[in-house]
Amino acid sequence: MRPDQQAILQWVPKGARVLDLGCADGALLRSLGQEREAHGYGVEIDDASVLECVANDVNVLQVDLESGLSLFADGSFDCVILSETLQTIHRTEFLLREMLRVGREGIVSFPNFGHWNARLQIALGRMPVSDTLPYEWYETPNVHHCTITDFEDLCRRLGIRIRERLVLHAGKPVTLMPNLLGSLAVYRCTAG
Amino acid sequence: MNAPHDPASVGAATAQKAHFDQPIKLRGGAELQSYDIAYETYGQLNAARSNAVLVCHALNASHHVAGYYEDDKSNVGWWDNLVGPGKPLDTNRFFVVGSNYIGSCFGSTGPASTNPATGKPWGADFPVVTVEDWVETQARLADRLGIERFAAVIGGSLGAMQALQWTLSYPERVRHSIVIAAAPKLTPQNIAFNEVARQAIMTDPDFHGGHYYGKGVVPTRGLRIARMIGHITYISGEAMAEKFGRVLRRGQPGFDFDIDFEVESYLRYQGDKFSSYFDANTYLRITKALDYFDPAADFGGDLTKALARAKAAFLVVSFKSDWRFTPARSREMVRALLDNRRIVSYLELDAPGGHDAFLLEDARYHGALRSYFANIDL
Repeated sequence: MRPDQQAILQWVPKGARVLDLGCADGALLRSLGQEREAHGYGVEIDDASVLECVANDVNVLQVDLESGLSLFADGSFDCVILSETLQTIHRTEFLLREMLRVGREGIVSFPNFGHWNARLQIALGRMPVSDTLPYEWYETPNVHHCTITDFEDLCRRLGIRIRERLVLHAGKPVTLMPNLLGSLAVYRCTAG
Repeated sequence: MNAPHDPASVGAATAQKAHFDQPIKLRGGAELQSYDIAYETYGQLNAARSNAVLVCHALNASHHVAGYYEDDKSNVGWWDNLVGPGKPLDTNRFFVVGSNYIGSCFGSTGPASTNPATGKPWGADFPVVTVEDWVETQARLADRLGIERFAAVIGGSLGAMQALQWTLSYPERVRHSIVIAAAPKLTPQNIAFNEVARQAIMTDPDFHGGHYYGKGVVPTRGLRIARMIGHITYISGEAMAEKFGRVLRRGQPGFDFDIDFEVESYLRYQGDKFSSYFDANTYLRITKALDYFDPAADFGGDLTKALARAKAAFLVVSFKSDWRFTPARSREMVRALLDNRRIVSYLELDAPGGHDAFLLEDARYHGALRSYFANIDL
């Protein structure tokens, strides 16, 4: 399990109703079910991932996140998770709003583009490639990179209240200069 | 299609018939005093009776879901690519029941059967039947077979409407409902296609108001056109373009009314084939059953309220190229199930086959069904 998912596991309340946006093979939902007695659904667009979810006995809904969360009623989830998916979304603001419409709480994680290693690679004239940014520029599914500072600015602008933040590097928490030393950020937030 | 020697085939199938003397009151108000249900089964019912799967058929199919007939080996079941030993719906594990609905022309009591009151074929007097009526008769068949609860009920198109209706009529008797290429009700456009088909049949001079059985004629012309119309809606424009293009049969336009384009030839062939074996009175009734299906109607059009009594876990599958029942129609059902906090998975597959994609083999589609069935506890 990815380090951000370990953190998410701790943040999801026991027995919560969860929605995992961009759930891949459903591993997180499975763990949430086993360890937190949480139940819910994954949303995924990729055929192969959807099939893995079905094989893993995870409830999966094959819909495009870019078209919003119209399948889900307001406040129908305790927690909506967007785990390392934010950077692949075109309509970022729209999805963040949708997330907090259908969920009482949102958990968002993303690779921090402000990490020193990314900054260094850019300074050396290259697009960054690392453990948290594992793609070459020409094959990346990522479209909207951001730094910790950028994300927090956007939250402020959208009236999203950050309740908790965990910044990680190599699976360990980073407290000192997180936007420079952290490669992965995880947030727990609510609408206002 | 599997050759008879194929180890993944269920082998020779035997059509059976169950007779019911307990009258059934139909949704339309009529009552059938007695009736027969034709069915086939594959695999073995386990000791706990927990492994039964009901396969519901759509418009023109029957209880002959898989395998072949000993005396007619080319007559392979309509969902043979899905059902068999080692296939996605594995008959080594599940006891599969294919049941023919009443009103059919393939063995269950229908318009061509003898009306006990007159000793003559029912013809036009056979009542209009509905999806709800079919589920009721299937439940009685399940009783007869000793199946208290189905592990799953599965169907595509009109068959999927039955799979959905099962969860509403008998919530306690279905553990999983697999609803493929379906809609929670027909759109006016869908109904319009059905009405054109019905008009084609009813205006055929050989129709005789539905009482054609004793007259030595059948309304084949009407049925042929009805099938052509239906067929156009079952396949996607894209699939049609790929299959036929604008290829001219004679190499150049004939400037006459013989067959010019390949697609014309195909439609005529499909129409001829269908009208040689299908019954016009059955066709009329089945299209009506489609038109009337609308579980939300009793709930002021609120599908969420209508599905509140369902208890099953659902797998809903749609195909992007299906313009008869588009993915948006499947999402309506998914939304209503989510509103009710039901267990549901939804697949929206980018398969090119149109509405008929549910009958075709596609690695993703069949892979998903295989995994889904494998995860059903027995």
